[in-house]
Amino acid sequence: MRTTVALTVLSFAAALVVGTAVAACRVSPVPPLRWAGALWVELVRNTPLSVLLLLFFFGFTKLGVVYPAFTSAVIVLSAYTSAFIAETVRAGINAVAGGQAEAARALGLTFGQSLATVVLPQALRTVVAPLGGLFIALIKNSSLASLLSVVDLAGVADRLNTATARPIPVFLGAAAAYLLLTIPSGVAIAFVERRVAIKR
Amino acid sequence: MRTFRPTRTVALLGAAALLTLAACGDDDEPTVAPPEGGASSTTLPQFAAGTTMARIQAAGRMTIGVKFDLPGFGLKNPTTNQVEGFDVEIGKLMAAAIFGGTAQEAAGKVAFTEAISANREPFLENGQVDLVISTYTINDTRKQRVGFAGPYFLAQQDIMVKASDTSIAGVADLNGKNVCTVRGSTSEKNVRAQAPQANVTLFDLYSQCAEALGDGRVDAVSTDNTILAGLVQARSVQGGDPFKLVEAPFSQEPYGIGLAKGDDAFRSFLNDRLEAIFASGEWAAAFEATLGQLGLRTPQPPTVDRYSDAPAPATTTTAATATSVP
Repeated sequence: MRTTVALTVLSFAAALVVGTAVAACRVSPVPPLRWAGALWVELVRNTPLSVLLLLFFFGFTKLGVVYPAFTSAVIVLSAYTSAFIAETVRAGINAVAGGQAEAARALGLTFGQSLATVVLPQALRTVVAPLGGLFIALIKNSSLASLLSVVDLAGVADRLNTATARPIPVFLGAAAAYLLLTIPSGVAIAFVERRVAIKR
Repeated sequence: MRTFRPTRTVALLGAAALLTLAACGDDDEPTVAPPEGGASSTTLPQFAAGTTMARIQAAGRMTIGVKFDLPGFGLKNPTTNQVEGFDVEIGKLMAAAIFGGTAQEAAGKVAFTEAISANREPFLENGQVDLVISTYTINDTRKQRVGFAGPYFLAQQDIMVKASDTSIAGVADLNGKNVCTVRGSTSEKNVRAQAPQANVTLFDLYSQCAEALGDGRVDAVSTDNTILAGLVQARSVQGGDPFKLVEAPFSQEPYGIGLAKGDDAFRSFLNDRLEAIFASGEWAAAFEATLGQLGLRTPQPPTVDRYSDAPAPATTTTAATATSVP
């Protein structure tokens, strides 16, 4: 369970940073940045997570990129989630009234300044609920890390099943443990959402 | 796939064919009596109605779960798309006893599907395959869920390391090392029992363990010597740092043919067939054509273990836990 929490929290933190940066690229006035952002989102979002995990862990190793299983899982989970976060944040940015950015520019702020101080704070507040949904999806996606021999919640269940040959109690228990993580997360997200909601 | 109309069998049945066709319309189960002696082909073996052998013979198709990634036992040849290996040959020999003719003639009626280690019990419990012949070690935990004919082979668990590695000479040396084996296998249990301080890495396929060893992610791979011999061979073909066997076996693995639990008539039939191919030399020929090519010497055939299955009460408890049988 601790491994699952660590995988999720580390990956989400990294994905939030990368995802926001990618979203910023996608709305930036520089065409190559926009293209790079779009390419990242479309490539990563449209590939199965299990394929990405195996590609990174077994494939990239041949190119000299050798990371331990846990690190590899965090890297791939962050990359995968970042694509979804980027699209969510971009939707949030588009939801911020156009006048806000124009006013910021009229004050003499550069694109970066206006994004960081005016647009993003409002954008992120609007997308708390969908970001929370991505967090919960990530908790569940992290179970695929057991493909790379990471012993997370799903990996422990696998081992218990091997030892006891009692799949029903073992996997029902694993499902319950995931609920213990996901349901409180949902409650916490709803709380944060209420706290930071913008009145329009 | 398994609902193919058994055209060939129907032809053989002659007059009974009309009845068969009528019966096939709405019901897959063979409601037709087994073929009468004289009229049908002389090579077609006879089975009592209601047995698994009669059902498979009437369907004209047998499904066997084998490995697709294990040189010597079950390896899918990418150019021919055929699975090749000792387990596959044993499967064909079993099929020949049901369909008649030689193993090669029966091969056309066998559908080989991939059974990874962790899927074997579910496959048998759900009836997705008739048999599992996939380096399947007979043990008591598994006997609670499936039946075993055989053993048809005795393997020994050994350790594979890089050829340059001299730090591992036996199972005790695995303590403190990264050891790779496959999820849900007996090899995993044996390593944990005999080298409790080993750091066990689990993948789904032995081929992934071999890659991890080549990439330096793990120090050793441990499973049956026959499997490892195939991986050593595959490595020498693929290139990269060669691997070697430590040759310090630490447990004996009797490989059995997995079948649905409780089907004692089928189990006894398979055991009879195994004893027949042990005696006739077909078993040894199958070994030489497959594992023998990996440099393994043909051993003496093992002795079939006709164990008595757990009595009814125990069966009920396991069936209730597994809830796979309607």
